Amino acid sequence: MSESGVTVERWSASSLASSGGVASLLVALAFVPVALSANATDKLTTLFVYVILAAMWNALAGYAGLVSVGQQAFFGLGAYFAIKLANAGVGVYPTLVLGALLAGAVSIPVSWFMLRLRGGEFAIGMWVVAEVVFRLVILDHSVGGLTGTSLIGINGYSPSDRRNYNYWLTLGTAILLLGLVYWLLRSRVGASLQAIRDDEEAAASVGVRVLAGKGLIFVLAAVGCGAAGTLWLATSITFQPNSFFSVQWTAYMLFMALVGGLGTFEGPIIGAIVFFVVQDQFGDKGVWYLVGLGATAILFALLLPRGIWGTIEDRFGLRLLPVGYRLRRLVPGGGARPGEQLT
Amino acid sequence: MIWANQVVQGVLLGGYYALLASGLSLMFGVMRIINLAHGDLAVLGAFLVLVMTDHGVSAFVALAAVLPAMAAVGWLLQRTLLERGLRSGALVPLLTTFGLAIVIQNLLFEKFGANVRSLGPGIGTLAYDSWTITTQIYVAKLAVLIFGVAVALLLGLQLVLARTPLGRALRATAEDPDTAELVGINSRAVYAFAAAIAVATVALAGAFYGMRTTFAPYDGPSQLIFAFEAVVIGGLGSLWGTLLGGIVLGVSQNMGQQIGQQFFNNSEWFLPAGHIVFLAVLAGRLVVAEVAARGGVRTVLGQSA
Repeated sequence: MSESGVTVERWSASSLASSGGVASLLVALAFVPVALSANATDKLTTLFVYVILAAMWNALAGYAGLVSVGQQAFFGLGAYFAIKLANAGVGVYPTLVLGALLAGAVSIPVSWFMLRLRGGEFAIGMWVVAEVVFRLVILDHSVGGLTGTSLIGINGYSPSDRRNYNYWLTLGTAILLLGLVYWLLRSRVGASLQAIRDDEEAAASVGVRVLAGKGLIFVLAAVGCGAAGTLWLATSITFQPNSFFSVQWTAYMLFMALVGGLGTFEGPIIGAIVFFVVQDQFGDKGVWYLVGLGATAILFALLLPRGIWGTIEDRFGLRLLPVGYRLRRLVPGGGARPGEQLT
Repeated sequence: MIWANQVVQGVLLGGYYALLASGLSLMFGVMRIINLAHGDLAVLGAFLVLVMTDHGVSAFVALAAVLPAMAAVGWLLQRTLLERGLRSGALVPLLTTFGLAIVIQNLLFEKFGANVRSLGPGIGTLAYDSWTITTQIYVAKLAVLIFGVAVALLLGLQLVLARTPLGRALRATAEDPDTAELVGINSRAVYAFAAAIAVATVALAGAFYGMRTTFAPYDGPSQLIFAFEAVVIGGLGSLWGTLLGGIVLGVSQNMGQQIGQQFFNNSEWFLPAGHIVFLAVLAGRLVVAEVAARGGVRTVLGQSA
């Protein structure tokens, strides 16, 4: 027992149990195309793309304090590079991976100057970047300008093969990216990022390398959004710059991360599921559906800024997949009760 | 002469951008927030004027009713949505105003549909009248009017800020709201006033936008981007800088358009040219700041040599 009467822990019984649960769930998910209908496989593929997008936006805004209104730049660029590579004769599935990595490569020079902007300046600055990228892409007539083009190569696979490959690739990408975020947040980088988010000057004054930490998350988020873009291309086949570079994608990301719980690891997954269900139920309501999304985002930002999962965590002291540490006060007699949390 | 004409048109367009941007600049200067629904409020203003002109009211008479209404919208916006988030850093205002942008765009789409509209028919011959300067340079009367209104508005704001008790309260609150409260300034009221002025000016800009060209429900984001670029090129929070920034942006866009048409046979260079000049200014400013932070040009050159 420590002198101060408190102990620091990362794993609790509930988080150990849930980690085991997550592992078995992931294994089960791998068998979905074999066990469930084609329709269910398609829907889950869509859901996983949403999970990737939500997790990437949460990593930016929730952990690094970077509210980007321009992540559609990387979503669209991933798809654009995939099309260009496929036209150059690269195999369809490798182009999906390479496209995401190239989108990440573009984000490196972008990060040099965008990351020096603060708050709202960064937000709209990224929007301008997305606009510039979109305008440049539609100047490229080899991908059909505004009309767009198709990932024709993917027709070489039968519809059922294509569906299954898309599913597994999306699931694998989601696990890989969320795993990377999880690992990053538990490392020194995670602690320094949250310090930056909470107070940039104070963090810098105690020796946190502000730009390096932000840069890492920024590039990771670009690769992730690029991957989401290539995977979306693989399922929709047609590349229309208007829809791939639409700011709508950022609206979706913001909604999912905010509703699920900004700055929590589990939140974006919950947010993606909520968004998926909402879209499934109300997507055909068109305009009113979008008005509802916007209004819900406003309400959450004002009234429930920690989102669904953040609120549950706060109320019940739950940590399923712990990325932080928490303090437990040791009560005389050996028993322990949940104390304050440190995240 | 073609080039001189592009510069003249660019400067006049810059007046519109300055008008569009002054509210954004004011809100940033006083409340330190960037309103992501700024462009959509401009488009909302244009639609409100349109509703009245459709009933036979002249556009300028309609403006006299729309501007106070939009000022009230700004006041309400500050009191309901923005005020709550102010103390919690930059994140919450960005999230709420982005949500608001989506709501406004889609409500406008629901009400007015996707067709482009124009306020041009409601202002008679002003929509197309122009003065001939030389055989190749024509100046549209409407563009000159917009430029004049922008300059008058900036001058007015400047005078209010510098000379009136209200302006002093605004500047004090912008500097430090808590200390301002200590000397008897009601910072909530000051914020709401700034928001009211900002939203009324952006609605005015939106009405002019509707007069000089066509508009549609989803035009807001592009107007926000123009306003933001003008503000950043001119230096955040500086009113006259905003006019200069607007002019730089307008001239770059027109020159880019001309260069694209003349040398590359491509008529899609208007927007990219403006964005690229904006990014270049931004990059240049960051380089200057970086060099200064490392102890000036001599030190940096000495290190690398």
